[in-house]
Amino acid sequence: MQESAENMAQTERMAKGTVQGTIKAKHQRLVLLVIALVVLIGAALLAAWALRNQASYFYVPAEIQAHPPESGRAVRLGGMVAKGSLKTEADGVTIAFAVEDGKARVPVRFKGIVPSLFVEGSGVVAEGHMGAGGVFEADNLLAKHDENYVPREMKDMTREQAEKVMRETTR
Amino acid sequence: MNAQSRTKAPAWAIWLPLVLFVGFVALVTIGLYRPADRAVGSTLVGKPMPAFVLPAALPDRPGLRSADIASGKPHLVNIFASWCIPCRVEAPQLGALARAGVAIEGISVRDSSEALNGFLKENGDPYQRIGADDDGKVQLALGSSGVPETYVIDGKGVIRYQHIGEIRPEHVPMILEKLREASQ
Amino acid sequence: MTAELGLAALWLAAALAGLQLLAGALALAGRGTSLAGIVRPVAVVQGVLALVAFLCLIAVFAETDLSVKLVAMNSHSLKPLVFKIAGAWGNHEGSMLLWVTVMGMAGGVVALVERRLPEPTILATLAGQAFVSLGFYAFLLIASNPFERLFPVPEEGNGLNPLLQDLGLAFHPPTLYLGYVGLSVAFSFAIGALVTRQVGPAFARAMRPWVLGAWIFLTLGITAGSYWAYYELGWGGWWFWDPVENASLMPWLAATALLHSVSVLAARDALRAWTVMLGVVAFSMSMIGTFLVRSGILTSVHAFAVDPQRGSFILALLAINIGGALTLFALRAGTVTEGERFALVSREGALVFNNVMLSAILGIVLFGTLYPLVAEAMGAKVSVGPPYFNPMGALFAVPMLVVLAIGPMLRWRRDSFPRIGRQLVIPAMLVGAGLIAMVAIGGVGILPTLGFALALGLGWASVLPLKGRNLRRTPLPVWGMVIAHFGIAVSLLGMSCESAFSVEKLVAIKTGDATGVGPWQIKLDAVQPMAGPNWTALEARLLVRYGDHGKVVQIDPQSRSFWAPPQQTSESALLTRWNGQLYAVLGGEADDGRWQLRLWWKPFVPLIWLGGVLIALGGLLALIGRVASDLRRIFAREKIAYRRGRMADLERAQSEDPS
Repeated sequence: MQESAENMAQTERMAKGTVQGTIKAKHQRLVLLVIALVVLIGAALLAAWALRNQASYFYVPAEIQAHPPESGRAVRLGGMVAKGSLKTEADGVTIAFAVEDGKARVPVRFKGIVPSLFVEGSGVVAEGHMGAGGVFEADNLLAKHDENYVPREMKDMTREQAEKVMRETTR
Repeated sequence: MNAQSRTKAPAWAIWLPLVLFVGFVALVTIGLYRPADRAVGSTLVGKPMPAFVLPAALPDRPGLRSADIASGKPHLVNIFASWCIPCRVEAPQLGALARAGVAIEGISVRDSSEALNGFLKENGDPYQRIGADDDGKVQLALGSSGVPETYVIDGKGVIRYQHIGEIRPEHVPMILEKLREASQ
Repeated sequence: MTAELGLAALWLAAALAGLQLLAGALALAGRGTSLAGIVRPVAVVQGVLALVAFLCLIAVFAETDLSVKLVAMNSHSLKPLVFKIAGAWGNHEGSMLLWVTVMGMAGGVVALVERRLPEPTILATLAGQAFVSLGFYAFLLIASNPFERLFPVPEEGNGLNPLLQDLGLAFHPPTLYLGYVGLSVAFSFAIGALVTRQVGPAFARAMRPWVLGAWIFLTLGITAGSYWAYYELGWGGWWFWDPVENASLMPWLAATALLHSVSVLAARDALRAWTVMLGVVAFSMSMIGTFLVRSGILTSVHAFAVDPQRGSFILALLAINIGGALTLFALRAGTVTEGERFALVSREGALVFNNVMLSAILGIVLFGTLYPLVAEAMGAKVSVGPPYFNPMGALFAVPMLVVLAIGPMLRWRRDSFPRIGRQLVIPAMLVGAGLIAMVAIGGVGILPTLGFALALGLGWASVLPLKGRNLRRTPLPVWGMVIAHFGIAVSLLGMSCESAFSVEKLVAIKTGDATGVGPWQIKLDAVQPMAGPNWTALEARLLVRYGDHGKVVQIDPQSRSFWAPPQQTSESALLTRWNGQLYAVLGGEADDGRWQLRLWWKPFVPLIWLGGVLIALGGLLALIGRVASDLRRIFAREKIAYRRGRMADLERAQSEDPS
């Protein structure tokens, strides 16, 4: 960062003394370039690998039932909070409810403060993982925040939901 | 990713950033324009309104035909019912829109004329025509899954916007804007 | 009337930007050298007009003129004045107007004061700046006119998102925008230098204050944004790797790399093409960030009004500006002559290492942010979070931090490790001690352990460049470097402690009951309703005590309900001590009359943001130092020019005298 005069003078002196140094410097710059390229390509490969392993996939209940994710892997579960399924446990902060998509239901447990828009019948995206006994352990709940923020997956969900309602009422 | 500018840097290295950037632009363009992502509202938006003929819900005014709406002027079509609580909530906003000169047509769903009269007396009456949709068929044909819902329909009878749920005071500027767009 | 005045000013400014581009380009092409003379004045007037337009927008917001559509959509007569004004830029159109305003004013300042570079380079720079601005003017005037009228006039406005109704947030976006726009000036300089092939120390010195300024604002913006997310979201975390956060982090990473490579170019005339490349990349990241945030292409927890149509407009601008610049770079970079050479072990070598690592982290963040899009194109819905970003970022951040500790002690051009080895003994011992301490405590994750140890070593090493100097005569930029690097150590220490030692407690208790978290004893005294100007709230009164003998203090977390638009937010209550923060969130009421409380004790967490402020302060000192020496140089030159002028006058007078 700084370019103090004494420092500069010193380096000048050093540079004058070493013709060899410049030749070596050329060689070293090649090394530098190779290292830089290796690091950046390595970073790209590592990132690709890590993304495949660490990205958390989005599931709807039917998919969880058909192909459950390995337990412990971070995933997100989206759907509707089933009517009549919401229960608060004795500690007052743990809730249990079921998420449904019309085809399947997945029981969910969550310990924490629920978003204000989280009610039975509303859409929700739960972040967490499948725990023992087929119960989804949620670390975080995202409910519809306001009209500007709907998780994109949920937009699809409400439309499917609406279509389902339509199909059922026309039958 | 050259550490030092060199007169004879390999040509591909110089073009690499541009290639990566083109890849980025291609990716986000796909993401931006893939239709599935954006179909938030009704799939009917942008399409002509389905044809229907509804009998009059009240003796004092005509029923509603799709041909009435495609009259060269933008209309609001409001699907409502006297038994629906949010419809009472949105009534003042519809009144304000009607006073601002907006043509509002009503489709009353599964209703009786007595209940309807009471509702209009109590909450105001912004409607030019009211069609009685006694079995909810027209409501479903319009892609509506509940009451209230409101459609902005342009002069050619094309659905321009679907508003799901009640119109709140803060929605009024947006609805007016949609009507203005529909009149162009 | 005000709105029409603003619109007229905006159109004029856009026209002048067009003129600025045309005149600059023609003068560069060698046609109409007389045109060269008007470029600078035009740039200044354009900046002033843009400012007028922006002030008009603030005026219509301040008086809540609901006949202006933007006001009706985004403001409300009941809103406090400061939020009415902040509402002017709290929306898409206003923020874009702010963008062109700052950009126009920056161009004006360049036109007024920058005299060091050859005139063609300045012309090319100003023409480049005008080109970028013109895109944004077109965007504003065609697709998002902020002064559009609305008829009939609504009776009330649409409010401001209450999540955004917050002082910190009102000034957060403009801070980031100042950073982005500063980088646009750096971008224009890079274009100017490429067009005229004038890449050298003079170019670096002209560009450096802008990069420094942009970097300071970005640092402050990210620090403030992180603190906002920390206390406003009520989730206890301070960084979520959310797309909106990443969008502000990526330009910062690029600007940090640029800042260091610009220093190498200014001091040693090395890294020519690389610096130009970074100048383009840094501004690309600003635009990509804006695009990602505004287009809604990625889902975010930070609420923003999104619109794909606008997204495509920004994308088009992005493609033209950045695609054009990268093409220019590819065509011209080969002809930029080679810079000075240096050895692997040298100050330059360390800075190159830092640049490579920062670029790698930038790539990691960019890939991670965009991956959901890639996956979606292949039919899978994914989100990418801390399990990816934390270890991958650390993989490159750790070596970078090690070199950051050593680099400032190395000499330019070439050096050797044995020379500085002795100085590094204490930092190395501190790192070792930190590692041992964390392992002894046990149960601490690998990243906090490494971070804690490195923070100790780096904290010591960062002040070593001051050793043996006369502190009064140490140049300000050196102070700046030391403080910024020390700030990184402070911030890192805060992050590590927060991650390693935080305690969380989630309970439901009745009023009058007590609980505790970490060393704190906490009693829920009461829960009462409250009313604010446009919200109502439930407020809990908590009586808290640190340890057994501490003083009892009252804190009041709230759960607020706004009514226009209807929305609920939680206002967390924070209690800061020298050694950490108590964080309390009020949840809902359970059926049996108990209240949910979420409590955290976060040791040393304020250091995260204190470090951020120190980093920005370091940048500020460096900026003051640079600008002061630049000004001294300008004055000295003017003095010489003045003396020369007087000499010439005298000589003329003498030669004329005898006749």
